[in-house]
Amino acid sequence: MPQMTMLDALNDALHIAMEKDDDVVMLGEDIGKKGGVFGTTAGLHEKFGEMRVMDTPLSECGIIGTAVGMAIYGLRPVPEIQFQDFIFPGFDQIVSEMAKMRYRSGGHFTCPMVVRTPSGGGIRGGHYHSQSGEAYFAHTPGLRVVMPSTPREAKGLMLSAIFCDDPVIFLEPKALYRHGKEEVEEGFFTIDMDKARIAREGKDVTVVTWGAMTPICQDAATEVAEKGIDVEIVDMRSMLPWDAETVLDSVRKTGRCIAVQEAPRTCSFASEIAATVAEKAVDSLEAPVGRVSGFDTPFPYALEHVYKPDKKRVTNAIEYVASYE
Amino acid sequence: MSPTEMLQVMDVPQKSKGKAPAGLKGDDLKKMFRAMFFTRLLDQRGMNLQRQGRIGFYVPSFGQEASQIGAGYAMQDQDILWPSYRVISIALLKNVDLKIIFNQAWGNKADICKGRQMPNHYAIPDIGWMSISSPIGTQISHAAGAARAAQIRGENRASWAWFGDGGTSSNDFHAGMNFAAVWKAPCIFMCENNHWAISVPQEMQSASSSFAAKAVAYGMPGIRVDGNDVLAVYEACKEARERAEGGGGPTLIETVTFRMGPHSSSDDPSKYQAQELYDSWQKKDPIDRFRLWLKGKRLWTQKWEDELKEELMAEIAAAVESAESTPMPDVETLFDDVYAEVPPMLQEQREALLDQIRRSGDIEDTGGAFPL
Repeated sequence: MPQMTMLDALNDALHIAMEKDDDVVMLGEDIGKKGGVFGTTAGLHEKFGEMRVMDTPLSECGIIGTAVGMAIYGLRPVPEIQFQDFIFPGFDQIVSEMAKMRYRSGGHFTCPMVVRTPSGGGIRGGHYHSQSGEAYFAHTPGLRVVMPSTPREAKGLMLSAIFCDDPVIFLEPKALYRHGKEEVEEGFFTIDMDKARIAREGKDVTVVTWGAMTPICQDAATEVAEKGIDVEIVDMRSMLPWDAETVLDSVRKTGRCIAVQEAPRTCSFASEIAATVAEKAVDSLEAPVGRVSGFDTPFPYALEHVYKPDKKRVTNAIEYVASYE
Repeated sequence: MSPTEMLQVMDVPQKSKGKAPAGLKGDDLKKMFRAMFFTRLLDQRGMNLQRQGRIGFYVPSFGQEASQIGAGYAMQDQDILWPSYRVISIALLKNVDLKIIFNQAWGNKADICKGRQMPNHYAIPDIGWMSISSPIGTQISHAAGAARAAQIRGENRASWAWFGDGGTSSNDFHAGMNFAAVWKAPCIFMCENNHWAISVPQEMQSASSSFAAKAVAYGMPGIRVDGNDVLAVYEACKEARERAEGGGGPTLIETVTFRMGPHSSSDDPSKYQAQELYDSWQKKDPIDRFRLWLKGKRLWTQKWEDELKEELMAEIAAAVESAESTPMPDVETLFDDVYAEVPPMLQEQREALLDQIRRSGDIEDTGGAFPL
């Protein structure tokens, strides 16, 4: 099996999807000849031509709005928003149109499309190239909100998303684009977006996370293992709809839980995890549910490393809930 | 013609001069009149139903019937309509079953959209009528995208986006016009300048010399047409449709018309509109103008109109009765069509709701009336 970075794996998935189905089209800023600012769409324009891989005018509401029209027409568009921080001019199209089309038309019109966008920090890009906005989208019925955590996961989830009949916000953890390589199967395969993944089995503390925080949690788990704390990591994959059952099963086993995210704390997806665990697994809990997150501040430039949860903050939180009596 | 001049076919009001555009026979002209007249009757009934408290809301098209039917007649069957909430006339022209309209007004169990939206927000797939939303202008970029999709598939289908003078101020007007022009996509942008965006007059909407003039900067033709002259609208639209099919790209058409009714059943124009302005436009009522023109061509008689009215009123009455007597959607349908399949989290919410109803009875309808 080939070794791939997450960028390689995403690029491979896009090539495979376009080969498999002529209705798959891509549009966005700089995705054509340049192949995207991160190189995710490299080679697609050359191979599939400008009718299917479209460099567009610089308008996020236009990119998503026209993609909605294409999706209703019957294509499977995969628009790219260059940074998730730039998506907000298209937010109305996402929330009012793309998410509601199936419901409001009684199921007659649908938006089978994937909005791809790099999310989170890791490139010293200040708050306009670094934010984690998953909670905005996870608060919108009708959307699927997906974020992969490894190269293989990225490929399988992207292919699921493109051939799914629901609209998907596909958040690409840019910190992981070139984070490391992993063996990834060649050709077409999918990963079920509806099932969370047990990224590490353990019996003492459940750590629920997603995207770029997953490897940080894995490092933290390795560290606390030396102190005798056996961590189970649940990688959510999808934040809407989300797999509460896998989280609850794990917490019923461990009795202790933290949720780890890069996003700000208040009204976040970690809050949803904490509320659900408190609501449905209270009898199993032996410690308060913890949240490790970014702060309720804008994403900073110079102090990015302070803002983002690192291994130390995660290990501290694990040790706190593990030793809670 | 420059985009500030105005295209007219029929002569000034109260006369009946002007030649029918090529290709329109007597039957075509009568069909156009029928749809305009039908729209007026339907709107009067819709407003009355709201006043009687039988439906919650209604949006009439009074005064804009020519602006819409002229375009509707230039559409081809395979074309796609991206409507605003004020173009029901085109559905009538396309012989849509009136039950679809009134079931939607009641939001009942038979509504093809399952009671998911307030009145006038139709989706009618059989006639290529896309789902209507309330945020202004969002459909404009959808139309551009669908037109692009038709190009990608190599299919001869034009997209028709409908919006008003207010809609030209939206983000999606700019995006949709710009994308469609860059792509040379087969898209026709229908700006009905009815002079009002609820209570904001057109001169406060834009300082442009005309709405059609906006097309110039996007690199597409902008046509300004007398929107109360159904034949002029048809002529402009037919030309735009031919341009779209021939690879000539999109067109912006401004139909200069007037909203002779309120914005909606909840609006009262006497608070912001001078009576003289209304009176001046009433003299240009598009149905009166077309009737006079048809009469001059010996295509209209009072007897024909009387019979038509009787037939259409009966059709409306039957659909109203049927819709009003149809029960509301079942509670469990609340959770359908959010996703292609109902996910476990929604199954759980549905079961919890149904369980509560089983234990403590039906949920009381606490009502509420739409204020805008």
